[in-house]
Amino acid sequence: MRKVLYKMPESLTGKEFTYCPGCHHGIIHRLVAEVIDELGIREKTLVVAPIGCSVFAYQFFNMDGTIAPHGRAPAVATGMKRARPDLYVFTYQGDGDLAAIGTAEIMHAANRGEKITTIFVNNAIYGMTGGQMAPTTLLGMKSTTTPYGRKAENDGYPMHMCEFLKEARGVAYLARTKVNTPQDVEKTKKAIKKAFLAQVKGIGFGMVEVLSTCPTNWGIDPISANKWLEENMIPEYPLGVFVDKVGDEK
Amino acid sequence: MAKVMVKGTEAIGEAAIRAGCRHFFGYPITPQSELPEYMSKRLPEVGGVFLQTESEVATVNMLYGAACTGKRVMTSTSSPGFSLMMEGVSYMACAKLPAVFVNVVRGGPGLGDIQPAQGDYWQATKGGGHGDYRLIVLAPSTVQEAVDLTVLAFDLADKYRTPALILADGMLGQMMEPVEFPEFRDLSTLPDHSDWALTGAKGREPHIVTSFDIDPYVLEKMNLELVEIYKEIEKNEVRWEEYKTEDADIVITAFGTVARIAKSVVDMAREDGLKVGLFRPITVWPYPYEPLEKLADKVEMFFDVEMNMGQMLEDVKLAVKGKKPIKFYSRMGGVVPTPNEIYDALKKEIGR
Ligand SMILES: Cc1ncc(C[n+]2csc(CCOP(=O)(O)OP(=O)(O)O)c2C)c(N)n1
Ligand code: SF4
Repeated sequence: MRKVLYKMPESLTGKEFTYCPGCHHGIIHRLVAEVIDELGIREKTLVVAPIGCSVFAYQFFNMDGTIAPHGRAPAVATGMKRARPDLYVFTYQGDGDLAAIGTAEIMHAANRGEKITTIFVNNAIYGMTGGQMAPTTLLGMKSTTTPYGRKAENDGYPMHMCEFLKEARGVAYLARTKVNTPQDVEKTKKAIKKAFLAQVKGIGFGMVEVLSTCPTNWGIDPISANKWLEENMIPEYPLGVFVDKVGDEK
Repeated sequence: MAKVMVKGTEAIGEAAIRAGCRHFFGYPITPQSELPEYMSKRLPEVGGVFLQTESEVATVNMLYGAACTGKRVMTSTSSPGFSLMMEGVSYMACAKLPAVFVNVVRGGPGLGDIQPAQGDYWQATKGGGHGDYRLIVLAPSTVQEAVDLTVLAFDLADKYRTPALILADGMLGQMMEPVEFPEFRDLSTLPDHSDWALTGAKGREPHIVTSFDIDPYVLEKMNLELVEIYKEIEKNEVRWEEYKTEDADIVITAFGTVARIAKSVVDMAREDGLKVGLFRPITVWPYPYEPLEKLADKVEMFFDVEMNMGQMLEDVKLAVKGKKPIKFYSRMGGVVPTPNEIYDALKKEIGR
């Protein structure tokens, strides 16, 4: 008999992703869906989609959901969780969403120890609006609004959300990962699971920042994008677990 | 039930709890901070949730999230705070989310002052947020009415799946009056939202609450659905009060706190033998255009009094359709006119 190695997670609707070829959003969606399946919480989970390329996330995840205004997903999720503490709520946000317009909301949700989970996709650029500078854009990196490359004097420095958030006492789990190799995909899945477990166990706020590619707006092919991420983003955004109050899974 | 002396803001809070509201999100701003303060004390007593947010932007979005689950939710703020909520109000209106907002209006524009004013009428009744949407807007003029309209606001919001707004001002918020509270609503009797609320997709297709569709034809359809809801509200929910208008030659038009002052003016004028009456919209959206037009066929003139530059005046003109002259008197920036001052202005207009 043949063994099924991979099947469509129940937590995905199966609707075709709208992401560009080589974009990591799709891989990250799948990992989140697998984790929700494994925890057996699909029917008790609400998804809060953001503004950005993943605005359609609510169509891909097979569960109740909504789209928050740009950056406000942590506040929307807070309202949901306070109204229905028996449900699990996660936000899925890009770096423009979470680290620019929504900085206040994420800081405060984390600091309150809001029992929600955040998947933070950092591709160092605004994807949906066509490649403008994000707070996470690297120094010297060109974007449509930094045509000469990002300069600290004018545009400030790349924003390190995990490093900021790790000081917040309400954070139960916080990690930065990537998904450009199979090993990294496995590690990211483990991190996402822990971020959800932080909520399931009622410990506090959980977030995984996943470094991701945007071949379309970086203007390179998917394979070069994976290499570019490795060579340029890793030195700026070191991977690691910043907070772990969840402990080892039994 | 016996009457009790309560402050306007606190009365609204207690009324909300009795109407079944168990979730309040808010951020302090004068002159309404006693309302979140009251809720922070009272909600835990009834098993509810109070959360002081980091901003009005966060507030409205927490309201959005909690409303998504089908619960009765509320916030209160004052003018600059309500401006900050506009993005979320537009989202909630489009996503068809019931919720109750209270705007205790203060002097403006800008930071303004903390005194009572009516400068947010346009924002409340004509938009404020982006896009085509409406809010049910109720304008109480006594503390008792604030209590009754708060309960009504929850019921209407639920019935039509739309945000409702209590448009008050600093005067009403700070005033103490004897009120009679309604009985506590049994939570199990609240409207059932299980057909759309986000409660976990157990044994059913997922529910999606959204204000978004990338296809303009689908979005137009969503817009047209809203238009139908607004038509229903206009048909069923117009509310107003008339005071001594049966034989009136002159009708004062006013809403909220100023309407209450204008009532005294009507009595003063009647004592002098002048046939003056008052027309007070209770719903400022939907506006009572038809009843006001009916009066236009009977009376000689209108005298519109407001604490703004003449914002409701535009609706009065729309109702009166040029049939009769409309004079206007106002104080702004947080100045509250006295009955004598209004009466003198009226007498000047009619050469008495
Ligand atoms: C209030 C508001 N401001 C701006 C926008 C326009 N906008 C849409 S997506 C986006 C950037 C999203 O970038 P990011 O969060 O990094 O997500 P990505 O598209 O890269 O996945 C912006 C600025 C908006 N929809 N709402
Ligand atoms: S624009 Fe970038 S982030 Fe958006 S889908 Fe395409 S590759 Fe992904």
